[in-house]
Parts: sequence; structure tokens; C-alpha cells
Amino acid sequence: MSSLIALFAELLSYDFIVRAMAVGILVALCAALLGVTLVLKRYSMIGDGLSHVGFGALAIAMSLNLAPLEVSIPIVLFSAFMLLRISESSKIKGDAAIALISSSALAIGVIVVSMTTGMNADVCNYMFGAILALSRSDVYLSIAVAVAVLVLYVLSYNKIFAVTFDEDFAKATGTDASRYNMLIAGLTAMVIVVGMRMMGAMLISSLIIFPALTAMRVFSSFKCVVICSAVLSVICFVIGMAISFGISTPAGASIVVVNLAAFILFSAAGKAGLKI
Amino acid sequence: MISCRNVSVSYDGKAAVDGVSFDVEAGDCLCVVGENGSGKSSLMKCVLGLLKPSSGEITFDGLSRSEIGYLPQQAGVRNDFPASVCEVVLSGRCGRHGPFSFYGKADKACAELNMERLGVTSLKRKSYRDLSGGQRQRVLLARALTAADKLIMLDEPVTGLDPAMASDMYDLLESERRSGKTVMMISHDLKSAVRYGSKILHLQKKAVFLGSAEQYAASDFYRGLRGTDDE
Repeated sequence: MSSLIALFAELLSYDFIVRAMAVGILVALCAALLGVTLVLKRYSMIGDGLSHVGFGALAIAMSLNLAPLEVSIPIVLFSAFMLLRISESSKIKGDAAIALISSSALAIGVIVVSMTTGMNADVCNYMFGAILALSRSDVYLSIAVAVAVLVLYVLSYNKIFAVTFDEDFAKATGTDASRYNMLIAGLTAMVIVVGMRMMGAMLISSLIIFPALTAMRVFSSFKCVVICSAVLSVICFVIGMAISFGISTPAGASIVVVNLAAFILFSAAGKAGLKI
Repeated sequence: MISCRNVSVSYDGKAAVDGVSFDVEAGDCLCVVGENGSGKSSLMKCVLGLLKPSSGEITFDGLSRSEIGYLPQQAGVRNDFPASVCEVVLSGRCGRHGPFSFYGKADKACAELNMERLGVTSLKRKSYRDLSGGQRQRVLLARALTAADKLIMLDEPVTGLDPAMASDMYDLLESERRSGKTVMMISHDLKSAVRYGSKILHLQKKAVFLGSAEQYAASDFYRGLRGTDDE
């Protein structure tokens, strides 16, 4: 126990780790909140699709020597609204269309990278995350995005519940459901772009999907699921970071594995009859 | 209150509803009857603004969307959704609040009252996903009543209810009407439609009958259908 505390004390003595922790906790929190709605609305694939689009956008931005986040935020936002439209229209099979878009974006990104900069450290950072390489401006942007997401989510909580639970009812009784769908898609896009820097394009969607699924195993009211997934996401993030620091594993992957462990634990607890 | 003029709906070029006109006056209980696939649900969805009619128009007079309560057919609501009964019923008040607002005391009192009326207060803390079909139907009806200030729209309200509960539910709607609310419902149950409805609209893609419940009871549609119904 004391060695664990010593590990944390050592962790927090580094400035860059404190920065990473602050951003990470905020992004983990936001991702978990949005994740509950995305999973329940069967939009989980949108998160995955957006992260791949984000990677493609970053690759293009880097090859043109443009600021990566400033280029990718509008592109990913635009794709989020596109993917939402595709999921809503029943004529096209939504999941297939998303898979199509996400793999195409990834392919374009990889080709652009190989033709210009090559697979350098920067590209790898965006694919698999480099939480310890966050610059000061990354930190500010991430904190601004995270705070905006938190505030909007809390203020719109009741509407988000109504639209998530029964979109038709919400629409019929005077709630502008498509506005809240756009809000969710937009916020998700922002969180993904910011989170990609830390978790990597390949792993960011797990931060969105895992906590919600895990919380749903045990908790049975919407409010409890939201709160549990937010808390769980932060705890898993901190443990993942500690493991990554302690035994030098990649941060993003460690966080995902801790989330997986939590999911298995909660599933077992749910199966064993623990329902709250 | 509501006026529909020549409303048509078509899916992929096939007409589901063909040139239907009707009015709903304040205090009416309009029952929409007809066989499966006769366009009842499509017509109701048009009135609710969930479906765009391919032609014709629907106008509201002295009614806004946030004054409508809606009971959908159950199939539309997900079965594994983690939500407590209390949260579901309270969400009926969502439409009357602007963005960025929270539920107040009046909202909670209204939700409590309707849970009490539907006899689901004891299930308040239970999860919607753990309820039986009949319990879910009552919870959704409580939500519809919580939302309805002026108009209650019901799509097959007695599905999944046993006969005693179904008759309780009709009595409840009757008392809502007496307190000044308007009801529009889709029903399979012709006997109850004639008994509780004030107006009947019989759809077979077109409106084949529109008139008072008494007229309908005396009409060939009713006798013909009842004849096969009773056997």
C-alpha cells in the first residue's frame, strides 16, 4: 500500500505528468458522459468512425504543415454531422456506411503520411497516443473543450435523457430532438479530437464505450449509470496511468486494459445478481 | 383544435394514407379504427410531426406540441434501457421546458400524481427494463398523462393489458376527458371505441367512415365487423 502511495507521490512530482493527469481526467470524464448516450442510441460506431476520420485529418494537416488540431476539429465536426445523418436515414445501412467512411479516412491518412513525412514519431503519437507529450497549448485547448462539454451536458441532462430514451416521444411533445442529437455528435467530435492526442486514434473510442457498458451491467437507472460511468472512467484512467508509469507500458493501451478488467468485474457482479 | 386536410402519406411511392381529412375539436374523443396496415399509425405520426405527409396539411389551433401527451406502440421503446420508472414518467415534462433547465417541484408533483393514478408508484425506483409488458404500458401511459395538458394521443393503448386493467384505463381516459382534455386514439377494440369514443374515423387508407360513435354503431362497418368479431 505504502509503495503505491509512494508511486503516486513520485508520479505527481513531475510537471508533465500532472498536466497529463489533469487533461486525461477531464477527457475521460467527458467521454464517459457522452458514451452513455452514444451506446444507448446505438451510435457507438460513430465514435470509432470519427477517430479514424480524425487521424486522416491530422495526417493531411501535418503533411501540409498546418496546425493539427485547428484543421482536424472542423473536419471531424463536419463528419460527425454527416455520420449522424447517415445513421438516422433508414435507407442506407448505417453501420456499413460508417465502416466505409472510417476505413476510407484511415486509408487516405496512411497514404498521405507515407507520401510526405513517413511514419515518424508524430504520426505514431496520433495513432497510439502520447499523453506525456502534451504541449501547453494542447492542455489549454483540452481543458476548454472538456469544461464546455461538462457544462453543456449537465445543463441539457433532462433533454438528453428524454431524447435518448424515446426520441419519437420527445419530438412529438415539443422537444427539438435533432438539435440534441447534433449537440451530442458535436461534443463527441470535440472530445475525440482532443482525446486522440492522449489515447491515440486507435484507442480513443474505447474511452467512450467502455465506461457506459460497464456501468450498465450493474446500475439500472439512467442517473446512476451516468454517474457511475463518469467515476469509473476517471478511476480506470488513473489506475491505467499508474500501471503505465510503473511498468512502462503505453499509456493509452494500459487504460483500455484497465477498462476491460472493470468491465469483466462488473459483468460478473451483474450476473451474480448485483443490481442497483 | 387539429384540422387535417387531404393528408396523404406514401412509402416508396405506395400510398399508406390517401387523402384523409378530419377535425379534432376540444373535448372530443376521436377513435381511429381499421385493420392492420390501414394507415392508422402513419396518420397519427403525421399529426405528431414524426412523419411528413406527402401531401395535404395539418394545422393546430390553440395547441402547441408541448401540450400533447403521446403513448407510442411499445415496440418503439428499447427493452434493455437503464432508466427508473420515475425518470421515465418525469421525462414527460421535458417538452414544456426550454433548453438548459431542470425539473421543478410542479413537474415532480405531476409525475407523482400520474404514477399514483396508474398504480405504478410502488415501482418508482424499479428499472424500466425489469418490468412486465403490462407494467411498461402503464408507465408509458403515466408519462403520456404527465405530458398532456390539452391533448392525449394513444397508439393502441390497451395492448398488453388484461381486461380489468384495460377497463380501468378507459375509465381514466374518460375522467381526463371530463377534466377538459381531448383524446385521439388508435384502437383495435371496436366495442370500446364505440362505447368511449365520441367520434370514429374508420380508415382503409382512405377515410371510409367519419362521424359520431352512435352513427358508427348503426353503420354496416360496425355490424359487419362485429359480426365476425363476436364469433
